[in-house]
Amino acid sequence: MVKRLAIIGLLSTTVMITAPAQAETLRILTWGSYAPEELVKKFEAIYPDITVEVTFSNNEEMVAKLRATDGAGFDLAQPSHDRIFAVQQEYNIYKPLDLSKINTGAMQAKLLEGVKANTTIDGEVYAVPHQWGTSGIMTNMELAPNIAAWGDLCDPEYKGKTSMRLRRTILLGMAFDMGEDPFAAYDDLAEYQIILDKVADKLIACKDNLKAYWSGGDDLSAMMLSGEIVASETWDSTAYKLYGENENIVFVPPKTGALAWIDTFALPRGGNADDAAYKWINFVLEPENVTIMSASTGAIAAVEGGIDLLPVDKKDAVNAAFSVDDINNLKFFANIPPGIEDMEGKTLEKIKAATGGQ
Amino acid sequence: MQKDIKRLSFLLLFAPFALWITLLIILPHLGMLHISLREKVAPRVYEFGFGNYLNFFNEPIYWNTLLRTGSMSLLVTLLALILGFPIAYYIAKIAGRRARGALFLMCLIPLWVSDLIRAFGWILLMRETGVISNTLQWAGVINAPIEFLYNDATVIMGLVYTTILFMIVPLVSTLDGMDDAMIEAGYNLGGNGPTVLRRIIIPYAMPGIVSGCIVVFMLTAGSYLTPILLGGKNSSWFTEQIYDQFITRYNWEAGAAFGFVLLAFTSLVIWGGLKLTGQTLNTTVARS
Repeated sequence: MVKRLAIIGLLSTTVMITAPAQAETLRILTWGSYAPEELVKKFEAIYPDITVEVTFSNNEEMVAKLRATDGAGFDLAQPSHDRIFAVQQEYNIYKPLDLSKINTGAMQAKLLEGVKANTTIDGEVYAVPHQWGTSGIMTNMELAPNIAAWGDLCDPEYKGKTSMRLRRTILLGMAFDMGEDPFAAYDDLAEYQIILDKVADKLIACKDNLKAYWSGGDDLSAMMLSGEIVASETWDSTAYKLYGENENIVFVPPKTGALAWIDTFALPRGGNADDAAYKWINFVLEPENVTIMSASTGAIAAVEGGIDLLPVDKKDAVNAAFSVDDINNLKFFANIPPGIEDMEGKTLEKIKAATGGQ
Repeated sequence: MQKDIKRLSFLLLFAPFALWITLLIILPHLGMLHISLREKVAPRVYEFGFGNYLNFFNEPIYWNTLLRTGSMSLLVTLLALILGFPIAYYIAKIAGRRARGALFLMCLIPLWVSDLIRAFGWILLMRETGVISNTLQWAGVINAPIEFLYNDATVIMGLVYTTILFMIVPLVSTLDGMDDAMIEAGYNLGGNGPTVLRRIIIPYAMPGIVSGCIVVFMLTAGSYLTPILLGGKNSSWFTEQIYDQFITRYNWEAGAAFGFVLLAFTSLVIWGGLKLTGQTLNTTVARS
């Protein structure tokens, strides 16, 4: 009796699981604001048989989520371009893209080539670019007009009034500020460790100058808008958003070059709605959708003329922040080779644990 | 027949617990143990070994953070006990029947709001441009904004606030069972307030005290949100190390090992506490 009940139960759950297979579900794993409601609705109107489910996350959590399921549970992921190559070799969570199904002609050629070069394994391409932006400094021009380099965050003139996120971005920025080229040292781990040690000493000494480490865009915005801090390491998109509320808050590309990241489209290995994913990719590449997307993300789409397709206020903010020289001076994040994450992680722990700053 | 029904009802009652403990507690821990005992030698190549545990002991940052977390958790437990005991005593012994329910409810209300929201509440109150700092300035007590956030005192206060209820509940239920006549007898025999407290009330409440302390200590040592959100640039919490290993460093092996180190450490502290107070799990947690 019990056995029969159990079988019936099992059968009925299987039926329940397989029933809605008619309508396809596209499960997107992406950054907050990378799938605005407006675009999702529009997409579902064009493709009525596809339902879009969005999960918001960040680089590290995307990789961790996909790793936990060997790449199942999502049909489209959007990690940054430097989180593809080593991650794929290590955990095998993505599958190769079929470029013939993607409207690559719409993408900005240089970015496309860059991402392809960074994410090709055994002749197969694993990612194409979607949005790009930079990390740099934002400053309140009224209170701290002289900040122009990563190292200025440690300027005693602004003691207790600056902030940064204790992640790899600041390690790299500070290394450039100290005249090193960390990306060039990626091939030689011993040399990279020397650079990291120097950066760690600098950041430990700098700790005293900081108010706190920020951990998300919201706490950073609150500290900056309230005037509790006057300058911080930041994503440009956060700075552009704040510029809308207080025109004194501007994004400053550091003297040594802002660090540029590219968020990509990648297919998780266990995804089962590849066609829907390709449809979404081509859909968001269409010019009028690019503008809606950029309005939401605050980042620049990796399409030809991406800056011109920004909404007006964002375009003003970008033009105010970047000169042509600044654009040419961008430092694109290099691929993270295996082993680097561990070294950087140890360095960050060392900085966090150091009490020398107090 | 009667016996069969009895057995069936026992099985039905026991099944949810058994499923919960095996599927959600034992199996995941076995998986973690397995992960923690493998060492990465190359991409996708692992070897059996204790390297992850050795790594913990060889790196002072890790065990310092653990000791820091442990000692701060003990402090939180002590503060929760000192603050919670009078409240529990009042609810159990002094308040009237009707007031008791209302008081208990008031203790419960903060728990209806999620941890995250409560932490943000503290942030709004205590930040440099927050309510407390502004009020003090307005009242003329201070003449420049003060930052109350981002230090260890705030973390401890936040944790005491979150966990004190778990101290009060077992204390109330233990003290509730105590006959008032015992206290009267103590006074009749010439004892004063402190003597009665020390020789009658506290020994009687000991099971409640110990079980409250165990729960509060475990919750604190394993908490994540409060220390992260309220803590400052120097305050590391051990759960944060575990998160970092798992998520930002992709190092599940070390993260799993750290998880077991934390489990062993808290178990050890609790075992020590039970030995010191001469209690056992049977006489404390099981009773209250």
